[in-house]
Amino acid sequence: MSIVSIEKDLESLSLVLVAEFGAPVERVWQLWADPRQLERWWGPPSHPATVETHDLSVGGEVGYFMTGPDGERTRGWWRVTAVDPPTSLEFTDGFADDDGTPNPETPTTAVQMRLAEHDGGTRMRLRFAFESREHMEQLERWGAFDVFPQSVGQMDALLSENPPQEAR
Amino acid sequence: MVVGELADEEVDRVFHALADATRRDILRRCIGGEPSVSRLADGYAMSFAAVQKHVAVLERAGLVTKQRRGREQLVRTDHDAVSRARKILDELEATWRGRVDRMADVLAEGRRL
Repeated sequence: MSIVSIEKDLESLSLVLVAEFGAPVERVWQLWADPRQLERWWGPPSHPATVETHDLSVGGEVGYFMTGPDGERTRGWWRVTAVDPPTSLEFTDGFADDDGTPNPETPTTAVQMRLAEHDGGTRMRLRFAFESREHMEQLERWGAFDVFPQSVGQMDALLSENPPQEAR
Repeated sequence: MVVGELADEEVDRVFHALADATRRDILRRCIGGEPSVSRLADGYAMSFAAVQKHVAVLERAGLVTKQRRGREQLVRTDHDAVSRARKILDELEATWRGRVDRMADVLAEGRRL
């Protein structure tokens, strides 16, 4: 039971997710800070991620691709906007061209990640913000979520509750 | 990149439509309500015809539709923006539920070693 709450705000177009892990803050930070660990959770089993560049300093970039069942690659990048190890990371998440260059025409998402000690474990708070509604729809048009069909399927049942907080 | 169900041409039209600040602004105003073309035109320092052209570009991209009511032409977003936004947030949620589960798996594995 990792996820504690998920709050979606249709007005400010943001999503806040809070999860708890039974591991120390430094350990959870490594999931983000160690590219080999990041690879193990970023992509779904059908689209494993390969992290090619990984620089978690302000202005630094993380470049990755996910490989689909037919060998097709989806490339993406982060640009780090703020970092304070081991508790805080903020970055912009976007799409890249086939050669890994950030594609300026595609939509991006601002992500804030915070870790704090909680009950002997770690509480992780993630906030995602979209610039605007059309921007958000653009993200969908670009198939940002297409590689996650399994988890979307699982969600359907959970989301029949309304509002979908504390869905577990 | 996966482009979903949209053909390249459609994607081009959407990007072209959204590449202009006035059109983005028009779209924002249509999401909040159903303004008429003349009411939209009042908000910009340009002619009615120019605003009408912008609306036509958005219409071709499938982002808005026009509906005649009396003497007015109402402009509205093509689909219920709120429900689409909800769907997108749901997908983002699903994506991250999967990621958090995998994070927990990686952490659990570390403890077993």
